[in-house]
This record gives sequence, structure tokens and C-alpha cells, in this order.
Amino acid sequence: MKCHHCDSQATVHLTQIINGQMHKMDLCEACAQEKGVTNPDNLSIGNLLDENPSKVDASTASMTCESCGTTHQDFKKGGRLGCEACYHVFRPVLEPLLDGMHAGVKHFGKVPSRSVKKKSDDDSEELLTKELKKAVEEENYEKAAKLRDRLKKLQAKSSASA
Amino acid sequence: MFHDLFFSKSKSKVPKPCPIALSTRVRLARNLSEFPFPGRAESGQKKAVLSKCMSALGKVKPLQSCTSVELDELSELDRQILVEKHLISLELSQSDESGGVVLSNDRACSVMVNEEDHLRIQVLANGLDFSKVWKLADSLDSGIESSLDYAFDSQLGFLTACPTNLGTGMRASVMMHLPGLVMSKNMDKVINAVNHLGIAVRGLFGEGSDASGSIFQISNQQTLGESESAILERLEMTLENIVQQERLAREKLSEDDGLRLTDKISRAVGSLKTSYLIQSSEAMDHLSLIRLAADFGYLPEKFRALADRMFIEVQPGHVQLSAGKPIEPGERDRLRAETLRKEFLRMPQLNLNAQVD
Repeated sequence: MKCHHCDSQATVHLTQIINGQMHKMDLCEACAQEKGVTNPDNLSIGNLLDENPSKVDASTASMTCESCGTTHQDFKKGGRLGCEACYHVFRPVLEPLLDGMHAGVKHFGKVPSRSVKKKSDDDSEELLTKELKKAVEEENYEKAAKLRDRLKKLQAKSSASA
Repeated sequence: MFHDLFFSKSKSKVPKPCPIALSTRVRLARNLSEFPFPGRAESGQKKAVLSKCMSALGKVKPLQSCTSVELDELSELDRQILVEKHLISLELSQSDESGGVVLSNDRACSVMVNEEDHLRIQVLANGLDFSKVWKLADSLDSGIESSLDYAFDSQLGFLTACPTNLGTGMRASVMMHLPGLVMSKNMDKVINAVNHLGIAVRGLFGEGSDASGSIFQISNQQTLGESESAILERLEMTLENIVQQERLAREKLSEDDGLRLTDKISRAVGSLKTSYLIQSSEAMDHLSLIRLAADFGYLPEKFRALADRMFIEVQPGHVQLSAGKPIEPGERDRLRAETLRKEFLRMPQLNLNAQVD
């Protein structure tokens, strides 16, 4: 599909409903940028990165994943990481992005039974302690009491199994 | 105002099967540990991933009677057909090396290898049925995982090439036919409202495709921070609200502007019966009205199924396939019109006295 304005490959496809009529337009990246066609709800990692320049300082600009060779520039440009190790290397720039992108920054779903050790109890104990501290700071005592009970139960369980 | 409708849980359960929802899909993105993601992998590594995955997939129960294909073996047309049938993605169809796909014989499951991620596990079903689709995808995933090491992090979940898929790696979507909301000019409001809930609305062929035929793919945008069941529950609640809004829009259209609606449907019938040249997007818009007419009871039920089948048959690759030889776009438009004339020749008169469901 060709761009509406030039002959480049169209990568941005805009559908707008104006007065009940559906209008469609295909644009290349450059023309879309020039025309200011941006969807505030569409997550473009490249854009998000540009919006957080303060978080991306000189030290992160030179980041490179030794395992696969992906650079910070590659990630900024393509929005994709190269391998598992990238997630450790680029963590500092990734974390603020994930916060805006997802419902949370911690995985709550399925855990593969093989390959990876299950989330340990230590981990959840640490998490509960953190949440408890936060709840107390926020003066949310009802939540804090519940968290304290859960933490106590967990500690009793781990001391019993030890 | 419109917003609030999407936050409150609907009181009346939408009956299933519901003709507004065409199909349900769950897709899981997975990568093998110790291999770079496909976008970064060298030729030899991609080959190794392909052979590892293919052998693992062969051992999984639902895929024991299946077809496995390496993309290199397929012609450009074959690839296009698979895309139009929603069995592989556009990205995989353009893969230059070591792409593969395994399709279960009933076409309900497909697993793509070396797409954006090493594995894209996909399960499809008719109508709106997340529990069935998720259950199958989950068991397929567990089966595959029993012989492969996945890239997984206890904090971040399943690691994916694009951080937008991180965590569960799950994208759940429903294909919805929403002509009432489009005609009543409410679709943009719906899109805005659901976007705020972390839910995306796209065209029939996913990212970057347009919304011909008033068919929209509605899916979760967020994959991290919630469990699979929480994501599905939220999505399903939103979809039920969209179904209600679509029903209301249809009722209002037929009450306030029934004559215009009848005129539109009738003209669509006429065009399908009499066109000699027709492009796929125009054909889809007419088919959408046939589907709507069947929902209203103006046409027998079987025309809904015919419209659904023709949505796929009018796509460029399918028309090309029916020609049996390479043809120019102009010839394609002629052939498409010929097929549609044949299929809709014996369409009965609209039964305008029918009761809306």
C-alpha cells in the first residue's frame, strides 16, 4: 500500500468517522509525522522514550546488550529488545516505560512450571513488607492490618516448614 | 456520559451465541531461553529455533493431527491466503527465513514460529467464548513448555521482543460486527471510551488495517500487572457493554430512520446482485448490510453465514486463488463481482415485517 502523499510504503493507516462517513487514509511514517497524525492512545515506545528525556541521560545512551548487541539507540528506534539479557541491561530505561504502558509493573499471570524457579516465598514476603510500609505511610490502616495478617501467616508458614 | 456506560457492569447477561461477535481469539507470545529473539537472531540461530520448536510442537496433544509448514515452502499467494484466513500474521507472511507454522486440522489452533517472537500460540473459536479459547491456549502452552525452556522473569513474566507484550504475553481479541454504532456515528465515542480502559480497537486484519464492513477487532492493550483471568474478565465486561450499545444503536436506527436503513440494505442487495466490477472494501460494506439484515430477520439466517464466508472470499488473495492464475487487480474486481452475483442471485425479497430479536 502506497502513501497518500508520496510513493513510499504506507505504514500508518488512519480511519476517522466524520459526520457518519468513514474516511480512510494511508500514510508513510514521515508524512504521518509531518501531518501530525498521532493517536494519543496508541502506544509507541519510540514516542514514549522521547517524552521522557530526563530519564534517558548520557549514561543510558551508550547502553549496549553484550549478549545480542542491541544498543539503546536500536531500542529507541524500533521499540524492540533483542534477547532475555536486554531486559536486565535496559531495565533503567524500561521501568518508567512499563509503568505507563501496562496495568502494573509486576507479573501476576501464569508461571511456567519448568525452566524457571517459582516465585519464592521470600519474594512475596519482601513484597508484602513493602506494601505494608506503603499502606502505613498512606495512613490506610484497614489495608495495613490486612497486609500485616497476611505477612504473619506467611512467616508462620515458612518457620513451620523450616 | 458515554464513558460511564463502560465502567458499570452490565446487569443483563448477553446471550451467547451472539451474532454481533464473529469470533474469539487468544494469542500467547513466548520465547525460548538462551536464543536471541527472531529480530536479532542470526540465520543459524533461527534455524535451530525452528527445528527445536517444530519438534516440540509435534509432541503436543491438540497438535498431533496437524499440518506443519515452513514459510520458505509456500508461494506468495499461499501466504496471502493464510493471512486472509487469520491463520498467520502479515509479519510472518513476510518473513525471509526460518518462519514456520503449525495448524491443527480443525484450524482452531495455530502456532507461528519465528514471527516477532519465537512462538505465537493462537486459538480461534466462533462467537464470543473466552473461557473455551483461553483453556485450550493455556493447555497448548503448558504442553509446549514441557519440552522447551521459556524466557521468563519472575518480576516481568514472559519476556517478549516488544515490551508491549510483556508479562502474560496474552492478547485476547474478539471480532465484532458493529454497523449500528458506525451508522449512528457512535463508533469514535466507543473507541475513545474503551481506549481509556486499556482496550484497543482495530480493523479486520489487526494492526494497521482499516475497518471495512464495520468489522472491528477489539483486544486488551495491557499484558503486564494483571493475571490472564483478570484481563479476560475486564475485556469481556467491556465487550458485553459494546454489544448492548450496538443493540441500542440498531433499535434506535430502525425506529428513528427505518426507511433509510431499509433503503441502505436494499441497495446493498441490489449491488451484490448486479455489480460487474467491485473492490473488496465496497463488497465488504455491502456484506455487512446483508449480515445486519439477517440479524433483523429481514433475510433468512443462512445469509448471515453466507456473508461471513464471503467476507473472506472477497479478499484479494482468495479471488486470485479462485482464478487459478495470476490476474491484474481490474480482473480481480470483475471476478469478485461475478462470484458475488452468483452467490446472491437467489436472494429472497426482504421480509420487512420481521420482528427484531
